This record gives sequence, structure tokens and C-alpha cells, in this order.
Amino acid sequence: MSDTGFANLKFKTIVPEPPVEDPTKNTSLIVTENLRLFYGASQALKNISMSIRERMVTAFIGPSGCGKSTLLRCFNRMNDLIDHVRIEGGVKIGGQNIHGHDVDVIELRKRVGMVFQKSNPFPKSIYENIAYALRLHGMKEKADLDEAVEHSLRNAALWDEVKDRLHSSALGLSGGQQQRLCIARAIAIQPEIILMDEPASALDPLATGRVEDLILDLKKDFTIVIVTHNMQQAARISDYTAFFYIGELIEYDTTNKIFTNPANKQTEDYVTGRFG
Amino acid sequence: MPPKSPPPEAPFESALQRRRRWKLLIAKQDAVPWTFQSTTLGLDSKFFTGLTGFATFLILALLAVILGNIIFNGLPGLTWRFITSGTEKDMFDVNKAGILPMILGTAARVILMTIFVIPIGVITAIYLTEYAHSTSLYTRVIRGAVNNLAGVPSIVFGLFGLGFFINYVGGSMDALFNPVNAEPVWGKPAILWASLTLAVMTLPVVIVATEESLRAIPPGLREASLALGATKLETILRIVLPQALPGILTGGILSVSRAAGEVAPILFTGAAYYMATLPTHLYDQFMDLSYHVFILSTQSPNIEKTRPILYATVLALLMLTFALNIVAILIRARMRKRMRTLH
Repeated sequence: MSDTGFANLKFKTIVPEPPVEDPTKNTSLIVTENLRLFYGASQALKNISMSIRERMVTAFIGPSGCGKSTLLRCFNRMNDLIDHVRIEGGVKIGGQNIHGHDVDVIELRKRVGMVFQKSNPFPKSIYENIAYALRLHGMKEKADLDEAVEHSLRNAALWDEVKDRLHSSALGLSGGQQQRLCIARAIAIQPEIILMDEPASALDPLATGRVEDLILDLKKDFTIVIVTHNMQQAARISDYTAFFYIGELIEYDTTNKIFTNPANKQTEDYVTGRFG
Repeated sequence: MPPKSPPPEAPFESALQRRRRWKLLIAKQDAVPWTFQSTTLGLDSKFFTGLTGFATFLILALLAVILGNIIFNGLPGLTWRFITSGTEKDMFDVNKAGILPMILGTAARVILMTIFVIPIGVITAIYLTEYAHSTSLYTRVIRGAVNNLAGVPSIVFGLFGLGFFINYVGGSMDALFNPVNAEPVWGKPAILWASLTLAVMTLPVVIVATEESLRAIPPGLREASLALGATKLETILRIVLPQALPGILTGGILSVSRAAGEVAPILFTGAAYYMATLPTHLYDQFMDLSYHVFILSTQSPNIEKTRPILYATVLALLMLTFALNIVAILIRARMRKRMRTLH
């Protein structure tokens, strides 16, 4: 890595050039500073310093085990659930250190939603899947819930398919529909950021296409960070791409730059499929 | 790296040669003809089918003999009068004995036990699976204790109930509430203590069944709920527990089955040889079907005369256990159906 001059950047937060000439869309929302994460004795993330822009799609790519999912799960502190995890350095969202002692992780997760690799709808009705979190966070009136459920399902491009069976089990939906329901569930509580951990990896190409369209649509309102193994997917939907390898951030730039003219040899090998 | 050269003594073996060598080891001949006849004529398969089938048949036959004997001999004695009246004078006399107080006593102690054991067992299982670190010393000690509890003979639970619940807890309550009264109210055998003793005995059953059903719930569901900003408690109460309810009820069914037939734990803690009246309070003693079976078979002055009542009482005990089980199974089936179809 050092042969590319990357070492100079290692302890500086990387802020890539904006791909669009719209200054309102280019505020840094998530900033990691020298983030290190350990599972017991083994280090999974090594000095990650990067800045993720607001209302953009940022893709994390890299071979399995490179730490991209781990980093993603740092942003809503899902790593808290795993025993023996130690985090050093900081993650700031909107200027606030999210690992601080006074941070309420519930408030954090309300504003940083997540969609998982394996679609995991609750074994409840389609309606209840979305109403669950809304109720927890204080929405009580049926009219409000109905409106929020319909709006979220429309946003997730699922409404037309399920509007006649809102009260039947979510487990009866197809894999792609289930994943869109999980996205609808995540956006229902109006987070600012949506983290997606390989959301389309278990879906067929058609369902993947619909989820990708949805992501492009959602980026108007949400900041999206997506982990993916699919190079074409990253190229299609993301504005920025970060390439990780064995716990390190190797290169982070606009998607266009990463896929057409990467600065790093490893990145080039990976995105062109020549990675050894 | 230099290319690895084969050891000099090993002669070159082509892929075909290797295949032949292996085939000789497996088929005992070089060229295997295209026949697919079994070398054993399927006898080994037939033998084991027969053996396992015979073992199953043996168990069914045993069950049929036991049940058949009890039903055949017990049914004539199981008259409406017998199950709906108490014993006035002679509990060993076919025409005067009745077992209503025993049926009510057994049903009451089992239901009371369920009320005690389910909450404590479920809360313990939730702690063990959802909160405790699975590898910590503390968790392992609790788990070991639960497993050991399951292996303790039931008579030991009876003695524990006598020593702890009656003498210690009951005695302390008496000292606290009516110190001048010489007659103990709580510090004597009672249906409350018998039920609590049974609850302690069946605790491992409920804990293990609940733990298993909790562990069967995919971790993704918990993550999904937490990622939506639910607290751990909300996740457990609204997502995890509703899913685990059928499994918890299975634990309840098993503990009811075990407890209904037990005599040893209630021997010192609440069962009465004879009572003229029904228990009306938690500190009352009670007559019990299982204990009554023991009394009828060991205390009767005339065994031949008592035999019909004994059979009828055993049949009543079996039917009561089945009935309690069926109630729990019906509740569980309804719950599963509701979970599948959803309101």
C-alpha cells in the first residue's frame, strides 16, 4: 500500500471530491477518525479515517472478511451486541461522537436505520412489521399508523403488491418483497441514514433491480451506506466507493474514479476481477 | 518456490492406474459389470427395519397391556357416584368410597404449581439466553445447577419442601403473624407448600424447554428489532417471547405430566391421608389422587375388596393427567394457529 503514497493519507480523514456541483448535498455526515476495532485479540479494523457525505450513496466494497460490514455496524453500534468487541478511535455522526458515554443507543438507532443481508421480517402481519417500531416510538393513532404504513410501503415500491393483504403474514412474501418490506420498515421511522449490509445478495436479478431502483430513489431523502459484493451494483447505484482490504481502507473516492481510474493497484485488481 | 518433486521411490501412476487401484479396493474386482443387484439381497436393510419395528411394537404392546388392564378393570368401578362424591365413612369400601376431593386436590396442586413454575422458569431462561454471557462462570454454574436439579430424586424434594417451605418459611410466617397462637397456621403441611415443592422440582423442565425455544429464534429477528431503536426489553417482550410461547407451553405440559403423578414431593408437604372437608385456603392440607393410590394399595384391610376402587382411582388419575395435558395442548395449538394466520 505504501508504494502508492496511500500511507500519507492514513491518519487524515479522507474527504473525496464531490461528484456533483451542488454544495447543499455535500456535507459530511459520518466521520470516522482513526477507528480501530478488535474482536478479542484480533484487529478487524485498522485506523479507518473517512468521511461519508449526506444524501449520497456510499458503497463499501472488498473481499469477504475485509471489515466492511464491521465498519457499517459501527455506525449504529450493532457491534455492541457482540461480546469482547473493543472500539478505539471515534465515529462522529453530525459532529457527535456516537460511542460517547452519554449517547443513548436507542436514539442513535432511531436515526441510523439498517437493512440486513438476510431479510428478517418479524413473524407478524405486513402492517404490523411496519407499525411495530412506530408504536414503540410513540405513534398511537390508527389513522397516523395507517398513513405511515402506506407511505413507507409506497416509498419501498411495495404498496401495489401488498395493499390487499396488509394483514396477512409477512412470511408469505417472496424474498425480494420481504427485503423491500425490511427497507419500508427501516424508512418508516424516518431515519436520516440507512445502512445496508448486502441487501440484494440473496435476491434474484429482477428483485435486485427493484431494490437498486429503490436505493436510487431513496437517496433524495436519505444518506445511504451500502456494503456490496457486486461490483456492477456498486458502479450502478453509488456516488462514492470505498475499497477495503484486511481491515484497512485502501482507497476511497468517487465511484467513477474508483471504477475507471483507481489510484491503487489493489483496487484496480479488485474492481476488474483480477484480485488474487 | 521450487516445484515439488515426487519422492524417487514412488513409481509414476497414471490417473487411470490410480482409478483401477482404488476400484479394486472398493469393488474387489477390476471391471464391475453393469448390474445393480445388492450383494446382500437387501437382507441387512430388512433386518434393521424388522429390529427397529419390533422395538417400537414392543413399546406399543407394553403401553396397550398396561392401559388395557387399567381400563378393563377400572372402568366398571368408575361410576358417576364414585367420581362425584367424597368418602363419608370407609374409604376402602366400594359402595361408600368416593374420589372427588382427591381429583380436586390433584388438579388444584398441579394448577398452583404451574402458576409458580412458569414465570420463574421463563424469567430464568430469558436471563440465561438473552442477558447472561454464555461462557461466563456464573452462567455455567447456573446451568449446572439446573441440570443437577433435574437429577435430584423426588423424595429429596419432599424433604427439602418440609425443611425449607414448612419449617423455615412457614415457621417464620407463623412467628411473624401470630406469635401468641400456639397452633401453627403456615408452619404445617399445606397445598401451597406442596405446589411450591413441585414447582421447584419441575423448574428444570420449564427452563430447558424455554431456553431451547428461545435459542431457536433467529438472531436476525432480535437484530432487526434493535436496529429499529427498540430496547432489549421491548425486543424480548414483543418479538422474542411471542415466538417462544408454544415452546414454553411444551415445557408447561411436560412439567404437568411429571407433577401430576408424583407422590414423594407432596408426602410430607401437603397430602393428607383423610380429610372430612375440602381445602378452602392455601394453608389447608388436601387429599391427592396419586397419594390415594398409594394408600389404597398399602393400607387396605381387605385387598380383594379394595381392588376395584384401586383400579378405578388409577384410571381416574390417568384421565386427569390426560385432561390437564389436553387443555395445555389445545391452548398451544390455538396459539400456533393464531401465529400462522395472524389476526
